[in-house]
Amino acid sequence: MRLVYLDNNATTRMREEVLEAMMPYCKDVYGNASSIHRFGRQARVAVDKARQEVASLLGASSPEEIIFTSGGTEADNFAIKGAVHAMRKKGNHIITSSIEHSAVLNSMKALEKDGYKITYLPVDGYGLINPNDVKKAITDSTVLISIMYANNEVGTIEPIEKMGEIAKERGVYFHTDAVQAVGKVTFQAKDLPVDILSMSAHKIYGPKGVGAIYIKKSTKVDTIMHGGHQEMGRRAGTENVPGIVGLGRAAEFAKKEAQEEPKRLCELRDYLYKNIAQAIPDTRLNGEPEKRLPNTLNIGFKYLEGESIMLNMDMEGIAVSTGSACTSGTLEPSHVLTAMGIDAGDAQGSIRFSLGRDNTKKDIDYVLKVLPPIIQRLRDMSPLYEKGK
Amino acid sequence: MEGQYSDQVMEHFRNPRNVGEIPDADGIGNVGNPVCGDIMRLYIKVDPATETIIDAKFKTFGCGAAIATSSMVTELVKGKTIEEALKVSNHAVAEALGGLPKIKMHCSVLAEQALTGAINDYLKKHGKPVVDKKFKDAH
Ligand SMILES: Cc1ncc(COP(=O)(O)O)c(C=O)c1O
Ligand code: FES
Repeated sequence: MRLVYLDNNATTRMREEVLEAMMPYCKDVYGNASSIHRFGRQARVAVDKARQEVASLLGASSPEEIIFTSGGTEADNFAIKGAVHAMRKKGNHIITSSIEHSAVLNSMKALEKDGYKITYLPVDGYGLINPNDVKKAITDSTVLISIMYANNEVGTIEPIEKMGEIAKERGVYFHTDAVQAVGKVTFQAKDLPVDILSMSAHKIYGPKGVGAIYIKKSTKVDTIMHGGHQEMGRRAGTENVPGIVGLGRAAEFAKKEAQEEPKRLCELRDYLYKNIAQAIPDTRLNGEPEKRLPNTLNIGFKYLEGESIMLNMDMEGIAVSTGSACTSGTLEPSHVLTAMGIDAGDAQGSIRFSLGRDNTKKDIDYVLKVLPPIIQRLRDMSPLYEKGK
Repeated sequence: MEGQYSDQVMEHFRNPRNVGEIPDADGIGNVGNPVCGDIMRLYIKVDPATETIIDAKFKTFGCGAAIATSSMVTELVKGKTIEEALKVSNHAVAEALGGLPKIKMHCSVLAEQALTGAINDYLKKHGKPVVDKKFKDAH
């Protein structure tokens, strides 16, 4: 059976070159990067090189603006909790959006319990946040605005620059969760009105459990991980040297392929969508049609529930994900689709296809061959379908 | 989630039995799931002389567990009398499927509700008192 992995927004397959780069640091170069002896020095050199690669990919002014973390989740926690803690004398109001990743949303919930006031901005039917809403929400006690660069479920790219400018005018820190944007959207952090940015290695063909936070020079972000003096005293804990080396190598490739690969993925993605829309009636595109991650396609299949579609595709070797309540663990439909005003029934039948560097046109053709009969078979089983006939 | 489904669940999900409608059904049970918003419709054909369910079919809008429990419940009640069929609990359906993940138990409740609904529809049409089953949210 052909295996087609179309869940690259969940995670990606590590590049061979990344694994190769990491291997020596799993074996022979095992020194602690904080040690002064030759074992430690070797590790230190590798960590510093990785820092430069990440700084270069993100377009930082200097490598000192990059701090390694255990992934996107920690970077988000660090950004949000660290920034509001540093600014606690100024106020206790935070602005975010209703479609953030749980790493951000649940950090906000935790802060809410500590007495912070959170404004969750709405989105329109495409998942876009209106910069004017940001402007209106800012008060004298606002200390942080945290808005994702691009959404992981529907791929909508937010107007980060406009919102960042507004934040800057009002002297409020702006954080963006760029975990999904890095490698798919080109930007230079130094030119963006963004003070803090989070990223993760495993979304860009790097290893899991490592990420980074970009903190623009002179931005005050308190440490949340207390301990030793690693990472310039800002994030304690013996460095995950193999992981950091892997992230650095993945960043190097992401930068090299920043122009061509997103274009290729976008073409494949649009080919997939065009043909699904042609072959299958009653579908809807979720997300902004244009301002969208080039690899992401979220489609609603009317009259159907997503888990049953996903499992059927899985039986044919195709891996996708769904915003259905039935798979969420909480039995609630996707908060992103809900915030976009998509009713619970339609959210049930949503499937996310997220493409990656391994995908070829052959893969997409295979999906196009397998999917229509699955949808038809399930619709024939659905009590809602006859009404729509 | 799929990793948590038993082989029997996956087998019934892959090849669901008794999918469809019975145009001249003697009873139809139509239920919606308050937990995740899914819908199940169950049709039964009853032999009035023996009060035996001679055919059962279903249509379901729902997850793997919802489809598998629909399939299993229709299998279990075929050939049973109304009285026997009323004793088929959601636990019996789940058990016949080799168990369900805890979070999916409510889907088997939906199947039991649909069955009860179809039987009550039959009883009502025949001027008989309907049964009043109490369903808890998940178990
Ligand atoms: C937008 C977004 N933020 C944060 C994360 C969390 O990153 P990590 O898995 O590295 O903790 C993810 C990944 O699922 C994501 O898509
Ligand atoms: S039908 Fe929604 S979880 Fe089973």
